[in-house]
Amino acid sequence: MRTLIQNGTIVDPANGIEARRELLIADGKVVEVLPQGQQPDADRVIDATGLLVCPGFIDVHVGVREPGFDEDETIASATAAALAGGFTSIAALPDTNPVVDNRGSAEFVKRQAERANNCRVFPLGAVTKGTRGEELAEIGQLVEADAVAFTDAKSPIANAEVMRRALEYTGMFDRPILHHSMVPELSDTGVMHEGFQSTRLGLRGIPAAANDIMTGRDIALAELTGGRVHIMCVNTQETVERIRLAQGRTVAVSADVTPHHLLLTDEVMDSFDTLFKCNPPLRSQEHIDALIEGLKDGTIAVISSDHQPLAIEKKDVDLDSAPFGICGLETTLALCVKALIQPAHLSWSQLVACLTTGPAALLGIPHGTLSPDVAADVTLVDPIEEWTIDAASFRSRSRNTPFNGWKVTGRVVTTIVNGEVRHSTRA
Amino acid sequence: MTETMDDISITAPWQERHLLGLEHLSAEEIATILDLADQFQTLTEGGSKKLTVLNGTVVANLFFENSTRTKTSFNIAARRLGADTVDFSASGSSLSKGETFVDTALTIEAMGVDLVVCRHRTPGAPHLLARHLKAGVINAGDGTHEHPTQALLDMLTIRQKLGRIEGLTVALVGDIRHSRVARSNIHGLLKLGARVIVCGPATLVPRTITQLGVEVAYNLDEILPQVDCVNLLRVQFERQRGAFFPSIAEYAHLFGMNGDRIRKAKDGLLVLAPGPINRGVELTPEVADGPHSVILNQVSNGLLIRMACLYLLAKKAGK
Repeated sequence: MRTLIQNGTIVDPANGIEARRELLIADGKVVEVLPQGQQPDADRVIDATGLLVCPGFIDVHVGVREPGFDEDETIASATAAALAGGFTSIAALPDTNPVVDNRGSAEFVKRQAERANNCRVFPLGAVTKGTRGEELAEIGQLVEADAVAFTDAKSPIANAEVMRRALEYTGMFDRPILHHSMVPELSDTGVMHEGFQSTRLGLRGIPAAANDIMTGRDIALAELTGGRVHIMCVNTQETVERIRLAQGRTVAVSADVTPHHLLLTDEVMDSFDTLFKCNPPLRSQEHIDALIEGLKDGTIAVISSDHQPLAIEKKDVDLDSAPFGICGLETTLALCVKALIQPAHLSWSQLVACLTTGPAALLGIPHGTLSPDVAADVTLVDPIEEWTIDAASFRSRSRNTPFNGWKVTGRVVTTIVNGEVRHSTRA
Repeated sequence: MTETMDDISITAPWQERHLLGLEHLSAEEIATILDLADQFQTLTEGGSKKLTVLNGTVVANLFFENSTRTKTSFNIAARRLGADTVDFSASGSSLSKGETFVDTALTIEAMGVDLVVCRHRTPGAPHLLARHLKAGVINAGDGTHEHPTQALLDMLTIRQKLGRIEGLTVALVGDIRHSRVARSNIHGLLKLGARVIVCGPATLVPRTITQLGVEVAYNLDEILPQVDCVNLLRVQFERQRGAFFPSIAEYAHLFGMNGDRIRKAKDGLLVLAPGPINRGVELTPEVADGPHSVILNQVSNGLLIRMACLYLLAKKAGK
């Protein structure tokens, strides 16, 4: 089966292409990117006039919530949501019940993903048993079960000795640790950024220092051990600066940022709306400005939705009782356009790189590019389509987005996995 | 005596469906509540203590946190206006069977409640109710956020005793970080033209509080000669995570109001305290029971303020 995607603008940062080209795929793989106007024989032609033809997007940490929390999400619904958001590969967080801290649990994730037959799912293994931060999980066996990286999800590994050993041990397999870098003693019971707004509202704050201190520690341990540490959901000015300096010393530290941390400040909390409650918290404008600078200079090379689906009854409570998290897979691209493309902070190539080559390099997976012979995972984007975010139409089982009703620009119209169209907004 | 609507005049138009805090009220709206409270004092002095203006109105007290004083005060206030009251407390309720806070409120509203008085441990909980209910919602204290009726009764007490609020210097002393009374007082006093100084241990005074327009002091003895009123906040042991000061003795030594400090202060100093007070911590018995203390006036004024708030919201709801 040969498919020609024609008349589109190919955006393939891995190969430095952002130009009108034709893309030929066959038997689930990319054949080649052809000069504009060439029309090789094809069984099927997809007209991409006015569209961007990108490598399939990759999300490096997604809450799939199965097993254990099926009321929030399942692997089937998470992967359907991923396709709608243009993601052809996702890495599944291990904070399920049971935790993915052993081979059997990782195999289950893979099996459910095969059954769903939506997008690719790569298991993330827990760093420690039960994500309790005490004893190392069976990392070697998780690697054999195709865990691409390790993380304790939203549980910080507070004990520096445990983190040190984890970095040494995962280093044997050249796998990174994705860390929620937060000092628990400083963040305990906090629900928002600590600053003037938290003082005004009487809500417990989480100081930026809680992230800054732990990130500093993680960088020092990466330097000590030679292990790879990736800071999830970077959200403070100082953290960006510390990562930038460490990268300058060639420490193996990387970072990602979420769209919501780029678009929302802590001022939104005066609605007391639990939909804004996320971890790490939404911070103030100077932190957002630093995050954008970090994206512009490449300090932050990955954008993640940090998809945290939660059933409506869990969020429909008071702020202290509500769990943290925002449902993000289906809104990521449009929110990135709003935060980064429309204000001209990033080019389309730079944005697509944060959704493709950056994540692929972090996870060490052979995706995120349109090079010949790689799997034909392709996302077609209409960069100027205007639409309104409607949580009720999410493929995800959950609706916990603070962006419901936002008018946005830029939409994923078609998602292709292994050469097959798995999602399309067009008949 | 039978009062009529004609006996009660409202000094400025009242548009609020809910009373969730003082931050978003105007100076005129705050003055309206204080003026109305003064009227209720006149109406209930000497004659019958029971009015009939809210006959047929049902007020529900939803208290999800322990309270005796505030709950009793709201109950008496509602009954003095002729309203019926229903009490709901979280312990032993359907909440313990898994029902959510909002579901409980909706259930109670479905029974025909017009006004809901809500106390909750979490900031914003009354705002959540206000989004879900048709009934008017009064915030009777939401965690460490606001406690509007307490600040209003403090202001009424100051205005009655000193004749004004504008131009006065008021010190709020103690646990500012965890105090909803402090936040409501700051908003209300500043809107009415007072100068506000917050004073306490640095661990209990957030640095960013100055952005609200207050001054910060860490030495009570230094500011006492400047202040007209001192409001001694209760140390919120139940809201603190860990120790914010070395010992009760040290707190009392540095920030407790005692006879020596009274002698350093202005002659006409007013000493206020939102109950319940910890005698020997925030203030000594000598001060609590002395001539500068207006603590019992505050309690009486609490009734008048709550009557005023219930009346305004009930009228807005068309009762």
